[in-house]
Amino acid sequence: MSHQRGIVIGGGAFAGLALALALRQGLGPDTPIIVADPALALRPSRDPRATAIVAACRRLFDVLGVWDEVAETAQPILDMVVTDSALEDATRPVFLTFAGQVEPGEPFAHMVENRHLIDALTKHAEAAGIDLRPVPVISYESRPEATSVTLGDGSVIEASLLVAADGAKSKLRERAGIPTYGWDYDQSGIVVTVSHERDHHGCAEEHFLPAGPFAILPLTGKRSSLVWTESRQEAARIIVLSDDEFHAELEQRFGLRLGEVRALDKPKAFPLGYFVAKSFIGERLALVGDAAHVIHPIAGQGLNMGLKDVAALAESIVDAARLGIDPGQADVLENYQRWRRFDTMAMGVATNSLNLLFSNKSTLLRSVRDIGLGIVDRLPPLKEVFIRQAAGLGGEIPRLLKGEAL
Amino acid sequence: MATPPNSAGAPASTVDPAEIAKFSRLSAEWWDPNGKMAPLHKINPLRLAYIRDAACRKFERNAKSLNCLSGLRMLDIGCGAGLLCEPFTRLGAQVIGVDPSATNIAAAKLHADKSQVSIDYRNTTIEQIDPRERFDIVLAMEVIEHVTDVGAFLGRCAAMLKPGGLMVVSTLNRNWKSFALAIVGAEYVMRWLPRGTHQWDKFVTPAELARHLHNHKLTITEQAGVVYNPLADRWSISSDMDVNYMVVAEGAG
Repeated sequence: MSHQRGIVIGGGAFAGLALALALRQGLGPDTPIIVADPALALRPSRDPRATAIVAACRRLFDVLGVWDEVAETAQPILDMVVTDSALEDATRPVFLTFAGQVEPGEPFAHMVENRHLIDALTKHAEAAGIDLRPVPVISYESRPEATSVTLGDGSVIEASLLVAADGAKSKLRERAGIPTYGWDYDQSGIVVTVSHERDHHGCAEEHFLPAGPFAILPLTGKRSSLVWTESRQEAARIIVLSDDEFHAELEQRFGLRLGEVRALDKPKAFPLGYFVAKSFIGERLALVGDAAHVIHPIAGQGLNMGLKDVAALAESIVDAARLGIDPGQADVLENYQRWRRFDTMAMGVATNSLNLLFSNKSTLLRSVRDIGLGIVDRLPPLKEVFIRQAAGLGGEIPRLLKGEAL
Repeated sequence: MATPPNSAGAPASTVDPAEIAKFSRLSAEWWDPNGKMAPLHKINPLRLAYIRDAACRKFERNAKSLNCLSGLRMLDIGCGAGLLCEPFTRLGAQVIGVDPSATNIAAAKLHADKSQVSIDYRNTTIEQIDPRERFDIVLAMEVIEHVTDVGAFLGRCAAMLKPGGLMVVSTLNRNWKSFALAIVGAEYVMRWLPRGTHQWDKFVTPAELARHLHNHKLTITEQAGVVYNPLADRWSISSDMDVNYMVVAEGAG
């Protein structure tokens, strides 16, 4: 028998906790799994944001046993409407509708409020015996056969692998000297939760306004989450407006279809950019989620890409461990990188093209894109492909995203 | 544990000394998945899975358990630097790794220490192992094409199996295709292996192997080819046994 080295995950948000649970399920109780993140002390979570969880990722949460817990607070997206219009247009022509099901009875996405999901993940991680440390990873030293990880509580853990799940500004990525490349969109996404008089009937709307996409994503109980793209400067102006002025701007974009609309929290602006890490792996190190890539939120794929990383890395690790192979070994990590990096770049390019295509006032481009959307709308097989892609069911799919246990 | 050097009365060695020297040169590179042994690292998961699954079927274990081979005694002949020994030890097997190259055994021991797995490595040959030792599983992976007398070698292996134990052999077939792929392809074109690693005339056909196994009362329970897809850079199990192949045989119950 041999002594088992554990796996340390730096970062306890969606990706980190989901990975911890997936590894616990696949590896069994004998492999120590440690999650280190100061934010673990801040539970219950007060994150006001909401996130679209596509079908594939819902399946992953289902297999991990956390979906039941968030299901009642999750709003299925039953329909999706895409329009292309100038701000001043009285009506917005509808170019694309999705009656959004990937399988009968399975909506292609759900809107989930971050705090519910993060709390459910934390609770299940605790119950699964995952070692949750409310401290950061301070440093690590990797060798060919192991990595020594120093945590903020002074403990040093000999691990077979360190996973960087510590977000877009990943300290671990920086420490590993892995550069990123990408670009800044000079756009910001204004995020705010609103209530409205009438029911949205589970319909998500995406209006391609000249400044960029304006998305209305349905939440439970006559509420919606908005992702509202503006130039960086304009966004900065909008979020500090007085209440009345802000609501005037909001109404101009939101329309009156759902009756009177009220912001429920203070709007926040997030700079939009795209980057991908030059490598998703290092010696005894793997990057997942925002630490590896950040894409434009235009297609709502950011978190879902991160969960795809989680599913692919968990599968690579578990399959290796079941062969007795050290899961932090270079070839296991290369397998993960091959699996995810190309897909990530492709999604980055696709979302960038969408943004370029839609964030402008060119009449010519508008005709081109509208003809394109019109064609997609009239060709059911093509639309099916897009829906499956958007639902995370395109490409070589990790088992967890198919709803299969590891 | 160290075995005494060729004690009096031990049968003559079937290992060709020139072959030992060749693998010793490779030993430092063994554990680098991107180094000279990259092809072996690429094919290794496939071999591990094949052996694990055969063992789990035979001994009624759950292949998904990280402890699926616990309690099984395993002998790995020609273990090199332990690319099979370490994984099977992690899966719970009690592994004895034997290699005639002192360099390989030294490299294997060094790596096992760093990996914190405990394996009984012996720098010796099968002829010098105590003939009373018995194993649940005996592995001869890419070995028989390097021994001088395949029949005698397999006889020694068979004698050390517990009743109903498993013998797993992998090797290279002998035909024009294996000459083209294993010698010209692997040694000259791809340069996966140093020239002179293999001598084609020592390769063994499945029929010859089957006859040897049968002579020693071993029953073949499964066999498979291992093929390389150059476009995907991936090895896979196939029914095509023309070049690389593996055979599982069961000792008499």
